[in-house]
Amino acid sequence: MSPIPYDETADETADAEASGKPVGRRIVLGMLGLGAVGLGAAPVLQRGVETIAQNDPTGLTELLPAGGGFRYYSVASSVPRKNADTYQLKIDGLVEHPATYTLDQLRALPQTRIVRDVQCVTGWRVPQTPFEGVRLSALLDAAGVHPEGRALYFTCFDGTYSESLTLHQARRDDVLVALRMRDKPLSHAHGGPARLYVAPMYFYKSAKWLSGITITDKVRPGYWEERGYDVDAWVGRSNGRGDTPTV
Amino acid sequence: MTSTPGSAGPTAAATPPPSEAPSRVRRFTRAERWIHRTTAALMAVCLLSAACLYVPQLAQLVGRRYLVVTAHQWSGLLLPVPFLLGLAFRAFRADLRRLNRFGPHDRDWLWAALMRRKGRRPAAKFNAGQKSYAAWLAGAVLVLLGTGLLMWFTDLTPLAWRTAATFVHDWLALATAVVVAGHIGMALGSPEARRGLRTGTVDREWAKREHPLWKP
Repeated sequence: MSPIPYDETADETADAEASGKPVGRRIVLGMLGLGAVGLGAAPVLQRGVETIAQNDPTGLTELLPAGGGFRYYSVASSVPRKNADTYQLKIDGLVEHPATYTLDQLRALPQTRIVRDVQCVTGWRVPQTPFEGVRLSALLDAAGVHPEGRALYFTCFDGTYSESLTLHQARRDDVLVALRMRDKPLSHAHGGPARLYVAPMYFYKSAKWLSGITITDKVRPGYWEERGYDVDAWVGRSNGRGDTPTV
Repeated sequence: MTSTPGSAGPTAAATPPPSEAPSRVRRFTRAERWIHRTTAALMAVCLLSAACLYVPQLAQLVGRRYLVVTAHQWSGLLLPVPFLLGLAFRAFRADLRRLNRFGPHDRDWLWAALMRRKGRRPAAKFNAGQKSYAAWLAGAVLVLLGTGLLMWFTDLTPLAWRTAATFVHDWLALATAVVVAGHIGMALGSPEARRGLRTGTVDREWAKREHPLWKP
């Protein structure tokens, strides 16, 4: 017999490396198993995390996934800051009286306070959050919508985001141009100084940094709606979700 | 004495006799180094974009949510591709076999590491920590990929699945970030290991010290 030629793999089998137990494979399969168990146990685990988060005085849990609280979403690269001097809300389109409101003018109108849960379409929910501002229906009445006006198109001073409502939806008494949240002036991160607040719908309908309302003859889908989200975004009855309705 | 051209300069020094073995030994092939680099780059995009979607301060700084989501989805989807292409290379497959198999010395290594004992930590080409890391990360990436796809293609499954997938994805991503940070920390502490992945070779003495059971 000829001598066995030098071979790296043959050498490997000689040392301790290649002859052990396939622990690596077991760890991979174990992770897959844990993932599957995690999927099954997620509802219970998530409730546990939320309970802890709600009783956490340190606020540290807000940094953790599903730790509760609002999350900041912006689709623009940067958002200018506006205050009482620079903020304007323009109402135009199919109306008798196009108008531009300053923040002080909006504050001078009758204010409505609504306390409901906030439900995001990505899953997070913030319980019983007070919003306060001007009913959208009041602004529509003042503008005088033409008979052919059927829908509203909202634009924002982030320069990118947009939203829509039908006229019927916009006239609900739980739809506001919100100026306050949690009984404080609306902060920049939460869409201040003024944002839309549509209590019965997923929170993407509540456009932040609201700067324009145009009355249109038909619904023109907003930013996320052009990217697959439902236009009629009732909580629990849209986007394939079954969340408890907020209203 | 007249010198003949070429005999006086440094080039005239006698070539040293070859030592028994070169001082550097090959640890990774070019293909393996590129698999590591591309996987690392994709993982970096994946984790950084995830941070920009999750950490409120970063989200406010970066914005551009749609772009960040797209970067996250595609870097995640492509993450296993360097590994899969690497399967075409013999050296990579051989190293995967080494990573998979745990011998008795690996138990000693893990025990010594857990006890924070300084002394002997026997290891072959890969120590038990590297093996555990590789396997854990491979499993984690597969779970993240699966749950990520459930969140991406939301029409495929009922809502309850998607919420559960989000939960698993979020927490596992957090764990992965911690583990990868640990991996980078270990690399920062070992310049020779880094050199191995950068140039393909490592110092023979280092290999003997850190990987005494490895026979390169």
